[in-house]
Amino acid sequence: MSGIEPVLSVRELAKSFGGVRAVQGVSFDVAAGEMLALIGPNGAGKSTCFNMLGGQLAPDSGAVTLLGRSIAGAKPREIWRRGVGRTFQITATFASMSVRENVQMALISQAGGAWNPLAPARARHVAAAEALLAQVGMLEQAGRACGILAYGDLKRVELAIALANGPRLLLMDEPTAGMAPQERIALMALVARIAKAEAIAVLFTEHDMDVVFAHADRVLVLDRGRLIADGPPHAVRNDAGVRAVYLGTDDGAEGA
Amino acid sequence: MLDLILTQMLNGMASASSLFLVASGLSIIFGVTRIVNFAHGSLYMLGAYLAVTLVGAFGPASPLGFWGGILLAAFLVGLIGIVIEVVILRRIYQAPELFQLLATFGVVLMVQDIALAVWGPEDRLGPRAPGFKSFVMILDSRFPSYELFLIAVGPLVLGLLWFLFRRTRWGTLVRAATQDREMVGALGVDQRLLFTSVFGFGAALAGLGGALQLPREAVTLHMDLSTIAEVFVVVVVGGLGSVGGAYLAAVLIGVLHAFGILIFPKITLVLVFLVMAVVLIVKPYGLMGRKPAATLPGAAGIEPLLTPATPGAKLAGLAALLLLAAAPLAVSDAWLLTLTELVIFALFAASLHVMMGPGGMASFGHAAYFGLGAYGAALAVKWLGAPMEPALLLAPFLAGIAGIVFGWFCVRLSGVYMAMLTLAFAQIAWATAFQWVELTGGDNGILGVWPSAWAVPKAVFFYLTLAICAASVLLLRRLVFSPLGYALRAGRDSPLRAEAIGIDVMRVQWAAFAIAAFAAGIAGALFAFSKGSVFPTYLAIPRSVDALLMVLLGGVQTVSGPVVGAFAYIGLSEQLVKLTPYWRFTLGLAIVLLVSLFPRGLVGGFLAWRDRRDAGDPAR
Ligand SMILES: Nc1ncnc2c1ncn2[C@@H]1O[C@H](COP(=O)(O)OP(=O)(O)OP(=O)(O)O)[C@@H](O)[C@H]1O
Ligand SMILES: [Mg+2]
Repeated sequence: MSGIEPVLSVRELAKSFGGVRAVQGVSFDVAAGEMLALIGPNGAGKSTCFNMLGGQLAPDSGAVTLLGRSIAGAKPREIWRRGVGRTFQITATFASMSVRENVQMALISQAGGAWNPLAPARARHVAAAEALLAQVGMLEQAGRACGILAYGDLKRVELAIALANGPRLLLMDEPTAGMAPQERIALMALVARIAKAEAIAVLFTEHDMDVVFAHADRVLVLDRGRLIADGPPHAVRNDAGVRAVYLGTDDGAEGA
Repeated sequence: MLDLILTQMLNGMASASSLFLVASGLSIIFGVTRIVNFAHGSLYMLGAYLAVTLVGAFGPASPLGFWGGILLAAFLVGLIGIVIEVVILRRIYQAPELFQLLATFGVVLMVQDIALAVWGPEDRLGPRAPGFKSFVMILDSRFPSYELFLIAVGPLVLGLLWFLFRRTRWGTLVRAATQDREMVGALGVDQRLLFTSVFGFGAALAGLGGALQLPREAVTLHMDLSTIAEVFVVVVVGGLGSVGGAYLAAVLIGVLHAFGILIFPKITLVLVFLVMAVVLIVKPYGLMGRKPAATLPGAAGIEPLLTPATPGAKLAGLAALLLLAAAPLAVSDAWLLTLTELVIFALFAASLHVMMGPGGMASFGHAAYFGLGAYGAALAVKWLGAPMEPALLLAPFLAGIAGIVFGWFCVRLSGVYMAMLTLAFAQIAWATAFQWVELTGGDNGILGVWPSAWAVPKAVFFYLTLAICAASVLLLRRLVFSPLGYALRAGRDSPLRAEAIGIDVMRVQWAAFAIAAFAAGIAGALFAFSKGSVFPTYLAIPRSVDALLMVLLGGVQTVSGPVVGAFAYIGLSEQLVKLTPYWRFTLGLAIVLLVSLFPRGLVGGFLAWRDRRDAGDPAR
């Protein structure tokens, strides 16, 4: 086994909705500890990619290999057990539970304890849950209901949940949407730190080019379902094709 | 043999037509308004009753009198539908699905008493249709020509509907609204007019279906609920919102029924159930239905944080329990009997709450498990000669097993689809108890289900009931706060997130369904011994609605709610029964008023009140 075997390897991934070819022929690898950004204009197929990797959608064709084993078409819960954590573009948390309980729920499930019908759940994994919340800066709000949190805070809770299974791969669909600019940079810096420290491969999408160019080790550009660029941030920034796609739709590529 | 098969085939096709008329009306209304009209069976019944009266008045012998009466009856039912839409439904389009279903059930109750008041309790027989009194010889067997006429009605109406939807502006609008409701608003169409006309049209179809049954079968006060259950099966099998699917399913179910009666007369309904099961395994949204575009997240409203009871609340619970325990010292035996029932219903409501509250699964057929518990106990006593103790122990397993089997199908659906399926299953359980006379005694029930000698004194049985029910409710409470309860709530709050953290939402819901059924079975078994007898009504729809009302009255969101709701509801309805012979009408009216005055639900009202109180009182 070579030392730089990728955590995730995607080959010729494709998905159509009726006549819309949302994703076609997408191939890439992510290595442990690498921050890989997937960018592209609205409707480019980014979320569709994420949903195929996370199991929310089954690919029409293509291969998805996680740590040497195929996960294409597997269910979300199986993919989670294989060590993939994810956040959603529109946050998905448990509104009737507190922030702490949200993370506890993930930890309970990870430990295989979700079928216990008698023990009080609130007493489970409290320390571990609070450690994760401290990591994302949400410890002070641990007791609040998720249903009433600010959107940016929800994104942090989702990150804590996504980290609860000690993931090898983190999928983050617009992790900083709804946050203030400084907050975005800080959060992605945090993610980068965790990724490096724990050798987690991170795939994320982001509309804020400052965030992308500050934290991505590598950038993929998706346009109408196809990958049109793959390389280090500076190379992608100067790519003529990418500039054409972004011209007029997002001035970040030139501005950053 | 061949002629027999053919006759049954034609028979089935003839019943299919009426079934189709009702089901297509229900489907069209649902497509546009997203309301599952529980009262559709009542409209069918009204159609039949009105036709009896009108045809009688116009002269049944003349073709004009007969057909004029039938058509006028359908038209009048359409008008009634319009009144219902304008007066009631218009107010509740924004309300949670469950409340809409409840409101239409309120209409069912009201119509029942109105029909009783107008047409009396006796069954009514209609005249034969002029021009269709003869028989047609088919392969040496006589076949009533009216049946042939009915067979033709189905495809005829299907064709007319097709024409209406493809070739008229109104039909185009209906189709557009079914596919995309926002779009219709954007087209600048008067949505209110569209909704009202659609409801009137669907109602008229149901009325026509009922009126056309006149020469075939007696008109009774029970045809509303028996029809709606069958129509729900048809619509679930065909696919909610699909008219073509409704026809296909109606024929399938109708023919199946006809052959079932021939081959397995005792288990026709089980046969229907089996077919429904197969269809749902292969196509969860019916033969021609499509997966609904995501269940409405707003349906449940914003969920409050569920917190364990405060010491004060625990103390109050303990005090209430002690008070109940002291009751035998203070009250008469008659009262003790009522209290025993109240305690049993508290467990029944708590069991449904586990499904509805943390599970977010609406059941319109929870009485099935209550009744199966009761029948489990009674059958053990009658056929196995079991004493009370083992019967009490075994009976909940019958309910639990039914919960496992039925639940497996139900958790595959959600929202109203699931509610309709639970109702259909309950109706099947009811029909089994009703039809399988050798085993269950049918309508006469099973008598002589008495407790063992030591538990015969009312006070002793009360303590036994209190101990079992209190323990069960506390265990259910524990479940809600356990990891499994949290996983259940996780699946309700966000199935997407729950699956993404490794929770098998469907299995967790399935487990909760089975547990709820088991607990309802405990309540039912106790009920059987407290009454000394069991009857099919224990599994009937009104009992399921009782449970729903208890839970909604107490509050879906709180764990103690259903217990409080059970006491309040049973207390109120007992008074109502004493006060007026038309208690159904009064109860139905109360439900309709509650739902239309508080379209966000009693719970919403309660939470708003609690938030206001909490805001004013920082100590809490
Ligand atoms: N469930 C679906 N059914 C039909 N079409 C879909 C579905 N999901 C996505 N699409 C279509 O697929 C294409 C890609 O959508 P996707 O959500 O993946 O884009 P995206 O890159 O994530 O966009 P955004 O930046 O807005 O989040 C779009 O044309 C979209 O309309
Ligand atoms: Mg997206």
